[in-house]
Amino acid sequence: MNKMEKALHELGEMDELAARSSPIHELNATAKLLSTVVYIVTVVSFPKYALSALVPLLLWPVLLFQVSGIPVRVCFYKLRIVLPLVMAVGLFNPFFDRAPLLQLGPVAVSGGVVSMLTLMLKGVLCLMASFLLMATTPIDSLCASLRRLHVPKMLVTLLLLTYRYVGVMTEELAVMTDAYHLRAPGQKGIHVSAWGSFLGQLLLRSMDRAQELYASMLLRGYHEHFHYAPVKPFTARDGAYLVGSAALFLLLRFVDLAQLLGSLFVR
Amino acid sequence: MIEFQNVSFSYEKERPVLREVSFRIETGEAVGLIGANGAGKSTVMKLLLGLLSGEGKILIDGTEVKKENLKEIRRKLGFVLQNSDNQMFMPTVYEDMMFAPLNYMLTREEAEARVDAVLKELGLTELKHRHNHRISGGEKRMAAIATILAMEPEAVLMDEPTSALDPYNRRVVINTIRSLRQTKLITSHDLDMILDTCDRVILLSGGRVAADGPAEVILRDKALLEAHRMELPLCLQTRK
Repeated sequence: MNKMEKALHELGEMDELAARSSPIHELNATAKLLSTVVYIVTVVSFPKYALSALVPLLLWPVLLFQVSGIPVRVCFYKLRIVLPLVMAVGLFNPFFDRAPLLQLGPVAVSGGVVSMLTLMLKGVLCLMASFLLMATTPIDSLCASLRRLHVPKMLVTLLLLTYRYVGVMTEELAVMTDAYHLRAPGQKGIHVSAWGSFLGQLLLRSMDRAQELYASMLLRGYHEHFHYAPVKPFTARDGAYLVGSAALFLLLRFVDLAQLLGSLFVR
Repeated sequence: MIEFQNVSFSYEKERPVLREVSFRIETGEAVGLIGANGAGKSTVMKLLLGLLSGEGKILIDGTEVKKENLKEIRRKLGFVLQNSDNQMFMPTVYEDMMFAPLNYMLTREEAEARVDAVLKELGLTELKHRHNHRISGGEKRMAAIATILAMEPEAVLMDEPTSALDPYNRRVVINTIRSLRQTKLITSHDLDMILDTCDRVILLSGGRVAADGPAEVILRDKALLEAHRMELPLCLQTRK
């Protein structure tokens, strides 16, 4: 299996994770979606030096991992490419913000380091929350929820088709990469001189395949309207989940739990 | 009933793919459309389905294939693509099979009943909730046929239905095709399969109908087949 085929396989695994059964999987997709949005907004709203206040928000994804039965390592494995990028966002902060913010024994920690760590943690938390939403909710249910929330039909259809068509492009890339390496033994990656034609061919082939897929949809009565899988009804349990989780996030946003706990031990 | 009346088509003006092609397929007939590469077989299918438009007239049950009739036409025709991966774009076999019935305004219960009936008829019940990317090529081909049958089409069109299948799965697909009651139009280079499943054969060559008649006659005519860059089916070839 080459890298592309692995990627394709991983994409399929997301569908399988979402099809599992657990109390989190059973929840209404809209409740999970809104809860995730509130969580992300809460995480993002923390000030840049509020590293310790942000840490208790880790409890939420940890709890969801436990209840949903999704292994944490699967999350980090699947996010292995995007995580470093997100974490690199604040990499230059220590160079721009050198003013000491706190003293750890003999070591003075600058504001830049704290804000970098805060940004990194924010990125990780947001990614984990998004992953958990995707891993516990089938894409169809998610799209159906977005439509219920009056997100424009065009945007939702684009999201769904992009999710489906990523696989098509990856498949073509897998075939082309195999064909390239069979005629370029010992070469690592694709040589820069072939990048242009490689990308051009990939685009043409993907367009051909996408066109055939689209034809197949049209021939089966598709008319710009997807019939999403029925969404589980919004029950009192879903309401409790949404209100409870949102209340917890707001509490953690305005009450510094880490400082509160710390103050119990340090005067 | 499918009727082609003097249909011509070209992608480039100087190189016509089809030249005044005419034929008529009666309801319930099983017709094999054969020809060498580039003979125009796939173009015939695409014209029939309204994916391309050319000159001349194409009629399905008396309704002309044109933009305003496409919805009605496509409801009557089920098309099994050569590459099942291009046909199965939903996560599971079940969701893929539900796609067309729901688009044709069946309720979820009606659609599900139809899906279950088709799966049972084809002996594929265990595939129902399987993920499309986790089933074998043979299973995928059968599932692709099932997605089309869930539409309850009046005619089934198939493009190379046995390509890239092992002998066992090929036989399963052939038996399934034979069991279908609908009008069938099958394009293939697998002449043994055509002989097995079709009563009549239309031979396309250079964009024209070179021969049209009983499969048993045309597929035994070595001179005719060889004149159009084809060979006798393997089962009719005598070993040297």
